[in-house]
Amino acid sequence: MLDFVQQLVSGVALGCVYGLIALGFVLVYKATEVVNFAQGDLMMLGGFFAFTFIGMMGLNYWIGFAGAVAAMALFGMLAERVVVRPILGYPQFSIIMATIGLGYFLRSVAGMIWGTDDLKIETPFSQGVLRVGSLVLAYDKLSVIAATVILCTLLWLFFNKTTLGTAMRASSENMLAAYYMGIPVKRVVSVVWAISAAVATCAGVLLAPITFIHSNVGLVLGLKAFPAAVLGGFGSIPGAVVGGVLIGVIESMAGFYLAEGWKDVAPYIVLLAVLLLKPEGLFGLHVRKKV
Amino acid sequence: MRFLFKTSYEDDIKLFPHLGYFVSYGILLALLLIAPYVLSSYLMSQLVFVCIYATVGVGLLILTGFTGQASLGHAAFLAIGAYTAAYLQKYNVPFPAYFLAAGALTGLIGAMVGFPALRLTGIYLVIATISFALIVEEILARWESVTNGNEGMRVKTLSLLGVTVPRDSPTFYFLCLAVLVLTIVGTLNLLRSPTGRAFVAIRDSETAARSMGVNVALYKVKSFAISAAITGFAGVLFAHKLSFISPEMFTLQLSIEFIIVVLIGGTFSLHGAVLGAIFIVMIDPFLTYLKDDMPGIIAGIAATFGAGPATAGNIQSKVAAFASLNGLKGAIYGIIIVLFVLFEPLGLYGRWLKIKLFFQLFPLYKRATFKRQKIYVKSERNR
Repeated sequence: MLDFVQQLVSGVALGCVYGLIALGFVLVYKATEVVNFAQGDLMMLGGFFAFTFIGMMGLNYWIGFAGAVAAMALFGMLAERVVVRPILGYPQFSIIMATIGLGYFLRSVAGMIWGTDDLKIETPFSQGVLRVGSLVLAYDKLSVIAATVILCTLLWLFFNKTTLGTAMRASSENMLAAYYMGIPVKRVVSVVWAISAAVATCAGVLLAPITFIHSNVGLVLGLKAFPAAVLGGFGSIPGAVVGGVLIGVIESMAGFYLAEGWKDVAPYIVLLAVLLLKPEGLFGLHVRKKV
Repeated sequence: MRFLFKTSYEDDIKLFPHLGYFVSYGILLALLLIAPYVLSSYLMSQLVFVCIYATVGVGLLILTGFTGQASLGHAAFLAIGAYTAAYLQKYNVPFPAYFLAAGALTGLIGAMVGFPALRLTGIYLVIATISFALIVEEILARWESVTNGNEGMRVKTLSLLGVTVPRDSPTFYFLCLAVLVLTIVGTLNLLRSPTGRAFVAIRDSETAARSMGVNVALYKVKSFAISAAITGFAGVLFAHKLSFISPEMFTLQLSIEFIIVVLIGGTFSLHGAVLGAIFIVMIDPFLTYLKDDMPGIIAGIAATFGAGPATAGNIQSKVAAFASLNGLKGAIYGIIIVLFVLFEPLGLYGRWLKIKLFFQLFPLYKRATFKRQKIYVKSERNR
């Protein structure tokens, strides 16, 4: 029983990691109906920025963290301006390919600049564990769970309660109509990319003590976070976190109870099963098409 | 400019609308037939890969280009074809039999993937195909009694009707070429049949296709099966060409490469698959060539502009250091994909059509002829 609970808790922690990355996917999708395949690579780049600020320039952890988030927010806007804006409105698949290309580019360039070694950041959460009874939970994992909950709540409030959030939802539904209503659609899209890059950076920095930073970390985790976003239903913020936690728990349970090899496959099998029953994911909206 | 007057439906669906087609494709075929006796063995080997990639590209085009179902899992179909060949070969099954068996098995699995994919669209379909490919990759690594796991399988030299065909012989090239040509002709015929018309109708609007009486589910599954089967055939040739296969050859990276083939070639015509395959296969030797020769060329240019020998040598070593940076190839790959999506969404074949039209209409060419419509309303997007 204790094993089960321990696995459950570490699965939730792992799932929050996926959820945190999936949040970035969902944000961009919610506002622009664009699927950003380079999200994991934005996270990787954020980690490298933080490493540069904290590890190489020796700044305080929190200042370096904030600096990386700000720098990545700007970078997100730049990426949106250069790669995404010219092809907004074209079929989804073109944009998927463009962001795959962007991901390739970022991975290679990061590899060229920072090398191919695993890098590590010293964080306040790097050491120490929390003990509840005989349960053990490391602080670094705890920090990810906390950040996921906080960011998810903030983003949900932002999307549903603020004017800018409402503008984002409107421009996702119908860019032209939103534009006629006086919503600066281009700026809205730009801001969304900034926010999603910032969220990705948070994920990257918090993950640094757990997974380390290397140029392929984004690809590896992105491939897990992506099913998380789909499982929750693209476009639902709580859905992304729920999907992430589900994927994480499935993965850690499969790794513990099933034979070797199931761990990597089980999330995808569950994903396919869910998509069979609910093609729009668990919390996705069914959109009727106009003919 | 040539005007074709079509007086019947037969005129409209002709494979060769006018004499020019016979001449140009005849010349192309003749060149391809004498190629093994002219080109170096390295280029021949690349040409075989072009044939294999183009075959996969044609298969992918049927699904992605003509039925409108995105797939990022075609490496898995290629793997299934390759492993079927390698496995059956162990039991001394003759080549024609395992070639057909590989196609049939892959087609069957393609249909089985098609069923769950029926209800999925857009991004959900993409992620479902990625999941399928990852699961297949893991099965290949784990099912050791059949696939030999991560150690991979050795593929014996092809023997056709009692004659052994080494993988770098002209005969093997002709075999690949024949498979490619047959695939293309078969696909062209498919596309002008009711089945092909139904595929295109589904791509353009699923709802409209359904209201015209097209059985959408049936044709989607058919499209998946045909596309997978063609990829399976290519997989057999791929296995023979490499003579050794292991699970890590069939990763997501390869699926993305296949999508790049059709994207760069152009998704609306079979020409695109061939052009894209040439591009993808030839970019590797081209980049290697640039890496070796570019530093010297740039230093030469600097010298002609009055740089001293010391500066020129300095420039040469700097450029050489940059060119041999790890990961430069990936960056160039990424830039190429982004540039194509942004500036040439119709691909290489689209560019060729534009150039052709420019000269045909000479002073009257309008850029807007090829402009695509942007759709800003969610509910109007058809996928």
